[in-house]
Amino acid sequence: MSFIETQPLLAALIALLGLGVTFGAILGFASIRFRTEGNPLADQINQILPQTQCGQCGYPGCKPYATAIADGDAINKCPPGGQETIDALADLLDVESMTLDAEHGEEKAPKVAYIREEDCIGCTKCIQACPVDAILGAAKLMHTVIADECTGCDLCLDPCPVDCIDMIERKTGIQHWRWELPSDNLIASDRAAA
Amino acid sequence: MRATHSIHGGIHPVEAKALSAPGTVLDAGIPDKLVLPLSQHIGRQPEVIVEVGETVKGGQVLALGDGPMSVPLHAPTSGTITAIDDRAVPHPSGLTNRCIELSCDGNDDWVALEGLANWREIDRTALISAISLSGVAGMGGAGFPTAVKLNSPATQPIRTLIINGTECEPYISADDTLMQIDAPAIVEGAEILAHIVNAEEILFAVEDNKPIALAAMQEAVDASESNCRREVMSFPTKYPSGGEKQLIEILTGLQVPSGGLPAHLGIVCQNPGTAVAVREAILMGKPLTERIVTLTGRALNKPGNYRVRLGTPISHLLAVTAFDPKDNQRLIHGGPMMGFALESSDVPIIKTTNCVLVPTEQELPTPPPAQACIRCGLCAEACPASLLPQQLYWYARAKDQEQLEKHHLFDCIECGACSWVCPSHIPLVQYYRAAKGSIVDTRAEKTRSDRSRDRFEARQERVERELAAREAQRAARRAAAQKKAEQGADDDPIAAAIARAKAKKQTAEDPLGAPAGNDES
Amino acid sequence: MSFLKITSPHGHGPLTTAGIMQTVLLATLPGVAVMTWFFGPGTLINLLFGGALALAFEAAALRLRDRNPGPYLRDYSVLVTSTLLCIALPPYSPWWLVATGIFSSVILGKHVFGGLGYNPFNPAMVGYVILLISFPLQMSTWQAPRGLDAVPGVVDALEALLLPARYDAITMATPLDVLRQNQGLLMADLQAQKPQFGRWAGVGWEWINLAFLAGGLWLLFKRVFTWHAPVGLLAALGLCAAIGFDSGSSESGGSPLLHWLSGATMFGAFFIITDPVSSAVSNRGRLIFGALIGVLIYLIRVHGNYPDAVAFAVLILNFAAPLIDQYTQPAVYGSNPVKRDEP
Repeated sequence: MSFIETQPLLAALIALLGLGVTFGAILGFASIRFRTEGNPLADQINQILPQTQCGQCGYPGCKPYATAIADGDAINKCPPGGQETIDALADLLDVESMTLDAEHGEEKAPKVAYIREEDCIGCTKCIQACPVDAILGAAKLMHTVIADECTGCDLCLDPCPVDCIDMIERKTGIQHWRWELPSDNLIASDRAAA
Repeated sequence: MRATHSIHGGIHPVEAKALSAPGTVLDAGIPDKLVLPLSQHIGRQPEVIVEVGETVKGGQVLALGDGPMSVPLHAPTSGTITAIDDRAVPHPSGLTNRCIELSCDGNDDWVALEGLANWREIDRTALISAISLSGVAGMGGAGFPTAVKLNSPATQPIRTLIINGTECEPYISADDTLMQIDAPAIVEGAEILAHIVNAEEILFAVEDNKPIALAAMQEAVDASESNCRREVMSFPTKYPSGGEKQLIEILTGLQVPSGGLPAHLGIVCQNPGTAVAVREAILMGKPLTERIVTLTGRALNKPGNYRVRLGTPISHLLAVTAFDPKDNQRLIHGGPMMGFALESSDVPIIKTTNCVLVPTEQELPTPPPAQACIRCGLCAEACPASLLPQQLYWYARAKDQEQLEKHHLFDCIECGACSWVCPSHIPLVQYYRAAKGSIVDTRAEKTRSDRSRDRFEARQERVERELAAREAQRAARRAAAQKKAEQGADDDPIAAAIARAKAKKQTAEDPLGAPAGNDES
Repeated sequence: MSFLKITSPHGHGPLTTAGIMQTVLLATLPGVAVMTWFFGPGTLINLLFGGALALAFEAAALRLRDRNPGPYLRDYSVLVTSTLLCIALPPYSPWWLVATGIFSSVILGKHVFGGLGYNPFNPAMVGYVILLISFPLQMSTWQAPRGLDAVPGVVDALEALLLPARYDAITMATPLDVLRQNQGLLMADLQAQKPQFGRWAGVGWEWINLAFLAGGLWLLFKRVFTWHAPVGLLAALGLCAAIGFDSGSSESGGSPLLHWLSGATMFGAFFIITDPVSSAVSNRGRLIFGALIGVLIYLIRVHGNYPDAVAFAVLILNFAAPLIDQYTQPAVYGSNPVKRDEP
């Protein structure tokens, strides 16, 4: 009579133990051999965030917020990204999508900063505030915004002692017009889905 | 005649071309005021070089091209510039754009024009620049600057020039008319174009529903001489055979690679109207200031093909053609398949206007509300690009950009065949246009945000570096002070303070001191 | 003045969804007429009763879903569903059987998924299979066809529908049942001994199938659907039968002709699997979709335990349709670039 038949309990235990040790070894090897540097999830999240670096989410930039989301923070704190970004994040993290948290601001059309040059006193305060170095100028010389690089984050508005910065809409005019999706209600008399 | 090929899909809508009596051109006259939008083509807006109050003559340049993807604008007649401002232009958005208003004096005085009669001896670059300076942009509908299209790089030699007289869109007969009355000019224009691109053959493509135009073209080809192999080709009528890619397949059996240009196959297509405009620009130096427009639809009592000065308001043309507003609800810029509805008749005719369609309600009824897609597949059978329109529709509704691109959304030519056959009356093309727009925006946003991230990270790094450098400096100074204090503890503290202040003043005066943006406050 | 702003194209072709549905309804007429000839007015009574119920259920479901029923009812889609289900039901079914079937089709087969266009399964087949599993006895009780027994009149038909307890049915096993139950015989003997067999297949059934084939060919001619799915089904079914059939014994499953003209073959090939919503989308996909259904029909008929196999085969392939779509995307214009050869 074989061992399995005489000692079924022991045989089962040994088999399970053996499996555990084998797979544990494989997993342990894989975790060392295929280790990834950094935090890949935070990087993926950071790819989705709009990179305005405005800090409206309460973090000092998009990357810190991405790390925070990866650690479990809410995904609806980014007003510049708006609903689209929330949906994309929900999709990536496989969680229920939500609406924008109004506490952090509301979704607005993308803006760009514009310095009224005649009023600028050349204090460089806005240059230090700009998170993406999109303002050009030197002390006591007039400053100007590189419109293509400006993320529209608003951070230059507060530091300006003479209020010479305006936020204007980035996309206006016929070149930026886009067709809209037809209305979703199939038949005009339908009430909107609850 | 060589054999033609067939294309996938296509539809046979009611042609209604006889309504506008192809073959006769009527004169629409000169209105009191012309409104000339600066952007009448794809590309950059030209720069205005006239001022309000200035008197101009016909043919005078009003705005100069700004770079290669831009074409200049000329005065279609003599008069005074009375305004340069934003006005409604023919565009699906109904938005305004910069326009020049010209109050005509009725004399129609022109500047002296000078042509290049010996064009065969002239270098192609000079001819291309002459075409560009004459403001010629594709007159079939898209308005691509002709000079750019002709300026193919040496790596892509052009072998075949196709003159696209297909005009497959219902109702429109402007090209048909031009081919009937001015075939020799088209052939000569084609000759110039072929000379510029150094083509070996010219194919004149005409659908078989235009027998008179076909005969006229054949006669003009037979009556003239050429260095190129030339052929007038006719093929069965089907919409959208006139689409550039579709026509190339019909004539040559070749398919333009997805995302590529006809030039990749050594082919360039031009509209007959463009050929005539090029001929006039080269032989007479005459800029593009007028065109033939089909004014049609049963709400017009005098429909027909009219010679219209660019900038003529459509309201003026409605008066000329005896428009009857009873029973009409729609004004369409272009044809019934691809044209867009205008909200107001106070918009001008531009270089790309080949038709203004004013139908009655019975003629083109207002579409009923869209019903659910039953996936019948009629759209897939009608699609000339062999796409799966109903899948694109679902993905467009779901805003699934990845799947949209995977299902080749950007190979859609927006011909409208799918919407035309859709039994549920779903405005499919609008879904595709909206989806394309948002994908283009998303791509642009992505590039932007990538750059912003790089800049942000670069700045973060720099700030940290500077902080670390300053910290190191401070530490060094502290160490020095401590060392000093240990060495001479009984030194006069007042003398030491004065020395420190002096040292600090010196640093501040130093022109290479703290750079802007680095003060320590 | 201000004009209407509508997106292009501004014209429209002649086909409408309601029009397509009406054409399909019309095309069932020959089949229904032949069924009525062989089985009496039972099918017609089912159709009328089922149609009225279907409209009522559809209207109620639309109300519950906050939709205005008028425009949706006018697309005729629910009548197509009820007609297809009622043709598949045995004539002289009791009212509760019809009502359960219609409820399952309209509510469970269609509206729980979001209504027309969103249903992953063929609604009529959902209803049919629910009935077949729940009430196998009633679902296999087929009236004996004309020629083998007397055909009931309208009064009998109404009684069967409304007072099923009092109705005494004259029923008989269908030819496919007979074939399955009588193994180990020669086909020739089977045909000679059993009255159910006619010239090519079952008495009555062969003509019913031919009538549905005629209706289907008319739909093909009207371009309501393409040939791919029906041809795929018939070819695959015929091929399977030809492989299995040894031209003699009854175990070998019957000849291709017998399979083509038995049970719901033609009805399924032209009216059920051509439902565009729940089938594959591309033509190539539809050919594969139809062929796989044909194979399944043969396997279930010959080796399964149910009277006919079309409903199960269709539902199983409805599951597979998205997968088929995934692998049968047509090549778009310009995706296979060809080099221009030198002259």
